[in-house]
Amino acid sequence: MTEVTLSNVIKDYGKSRAVHGIDLGIADGEFAVLVGPSGCGKSTTLRMIAGLEDISGGEISIGGRVVNELPPRERNISMVFQNYALYPHMTVRENLGFSLKIAKKPEGEISKAVHEAADILGLDALMDRRPAELSGGQRQRVAMGRAIVRRPDVFLFDEPLSNLDAKLRTQMRVEIKKLHQKVGNTIIYVTHDQVEAMTLADRIVLMRDGHIVQVGTPLDLFNAPVNTFVATFIGSPPMNLIDGTASGSDAIELVGGLRVPVPSNARGLVRDGQKVRFGFRADNLMPEGHAVQAGGEKAELDLEVTLAEPLGTETVLFTDIAGHEVQAKMLNPRPVRSGERLKFLLMLDKCHVFDAASSDAIRG
Amino acid sequence: MIRRRLPQWFVLLLPAFIVIAAVVLIPLIFSLYSSFTPYKLTRPSTLWTWVGTSNYEKILTDAKFWTAFGRTILFLTIVLNVELLLGLGIALMMNKITWGQRTLRTILMFPMMFSPILVGFQFKFIFNDNVGLVNNVLQSLGSDSALPWLVDGKLAMFSIMFAEIWMSTSVFAILILAGLFAMPRDPLEAAKVDGCTPWQSFRHITLPFLMPFIFIAMTIRSLDVARAYDIVQIMTGGGPARRTELLWTLMSRTGYVDARMGLANAMGYISIILSILFTIYFFRKLSAARADLGMEG
Repeated sequence: MTEVTLSNVIKDYGKSRAVHGIDLGIADGEFAVLVGPSGCGKSTTLRMIAGLEDISGGEISIGGRVVNELPPRERNISMVFQNYALYPHMTVRENLGFSLKIAKKPEGEISKAVHEAADILGLDALMDRRPAELSGGQRQRVAMGRAIVRRPDVFLFDEPLSNLDAKLRTQMRVEIKKLHQKVGNTIIYVTHDQVEAMTLADRIVLMRDGHIVQVGTPLDLFNAPVNTFVATFIGSPPMNLIDGTASGSDAIELVGGLRVPVPSNARGLVRDGQKVRFGFRADNLMPEGHAVQAGGEKAELDLEVTLAEPLGTETVLFTDIAGHEVQAKMLNPRPVRSGERLKFLLMLDKCHVFDAASSDAIRG
Repeated sequence: MIRRRLPQWFVLLLPAFIVIAAVVLIPLIFSLYSSFTPYKLTRPSTLWTWVGTSNYEKILTDAKFWTAFGRTILFLTIVLNVELLLGLGIALMMNKITWGQRTLRTILMFPMMFSPILVGFQFKFIFNDNVGLVNNVLQSLGSDSALPWLVDGKLAMFSIMFAEIWMSTSVFAILILAGLFAMPRDPLEAAKVDGCTPWQSFRHITLPFLMPFIFIAMTIRSLDVARAYDIVQIMTGGGPARRTELLWTLMSRTGYVDARMGLANAMGYISIILSILFTIYFFRKLSAARADLGMEG
């Protein structure tokens, strides 16, 4: 069993605090993704788990063993770095086998493990090349192979895909997910890309400014964001947010005068006169007649399209509600001109209300 | 009328050709020619007597020459290796320093800023058997004999090496430090995670990365040390009784003291082979090390 537990983990750089006492438990075999904007402390946290950074306070344990004072080599982890960090003077074969050679494993065992890893990642044809002769994607695969060969308790990935081009990134994302299904180890994966987080994670840990903002499954974070930061960080395009004021306890008056009923999940929780932010995703504002689900409360809005972004299977429409730019989705795309007026339907039961002062979600 | 004109590229390159011919080519051909004559500076007419390879034959059977040749190789080997080890050690320590590193780097270069002649004088004083610093220190520590630092053959060689190493270790230190600065941090971290102890990280990751820098320093220094002259000339003058004679002190003695320039030039041509061989060897090593790191081209 190799669960990873962080309790009240702190990292200070001189006088500034990078990680503010985070608590996190990652289960055996779980794929956990630490995500957040740059500078949020996600990489620092990962490097503390790896043992590449000292822990200023709190406790990290791997498989029930406190590792605070252990050097990386005694933690039985392996790590894939953003810049691959291959050994430039070694061939692919030597790169893969290096950790076992250092551990003084017998020659036969090393070559067997290297072959297995090469098999899994399709590196057989590249075994005698040096890193300089490989493409970015191939280097990334070697870096992953090097991690597998050790059979570690926990895999750590530090933004492994951010140096690859978009197409390769999608491809490698699938390979990483397959790899996890094949080896089944605990994985802690750091990224700033919410799409990677959504697609890979069993559980997402969203961080900001050295704090954990929300932990949950990708759908938890998508459907029930705890505050406006999560709402705008997760999901593409980001959630639309419009300022408003509660009018009575069952309606919100948006700036610009539009009145909408309080969504069912927040009904009874808003006070009259409370400043709020009203949020909904582009998927929940659609032109009439475009794959709108039947049922549920809807509001009808007559809006002018300012810009259309066709994506093939759908078109993102930019429009304007009370001076706020808002994005909507058209699921059966047809050409839309700028300036065209369309009748939109807003799915009220999919909307969110956030307190304007604290930006926390108001949800029952 | 058709005027023949020289091609433009030739006209443009002509000044360079003339300068190179005057500065390099003609002296080179002249010295090579004179090595086949019994040319004596005191009797210029000897320049026109062709003696064939007689000078070279004389040298090849000359025990004095070969002793100096062997001593020069020994000198080179010891000095280069000690400088490498010290330079590597200094660079590794400097790399750990986080405060005042710039100042220290500048201080490290001080010995290189002195003229070798001055370094020679300085160490001649330090190692002087009567008034020298070393013997004074030894005596005040209770030793009652004065060690003949610059008189005994072995001790004199040691003293010269010491001066040479004092002056030039920083070449290695600076170049290796530059290598350490250029070194990516990621592979070292990967090695830590892969299970390396600090020594193993150094042995398997840092050192291979530093090899090109080490070979560049080796090439530069092997050429430098192979023509060692000034320090030796000042400290011992190749003596006493030729016990610290190196190739260049021997050559200058033959050429300028004995005035046998033809013979000295022949020695020069033989010993230049030494420098060329060292250079080829280190360049081979350098390109192999660079290829290893995927840095060719």
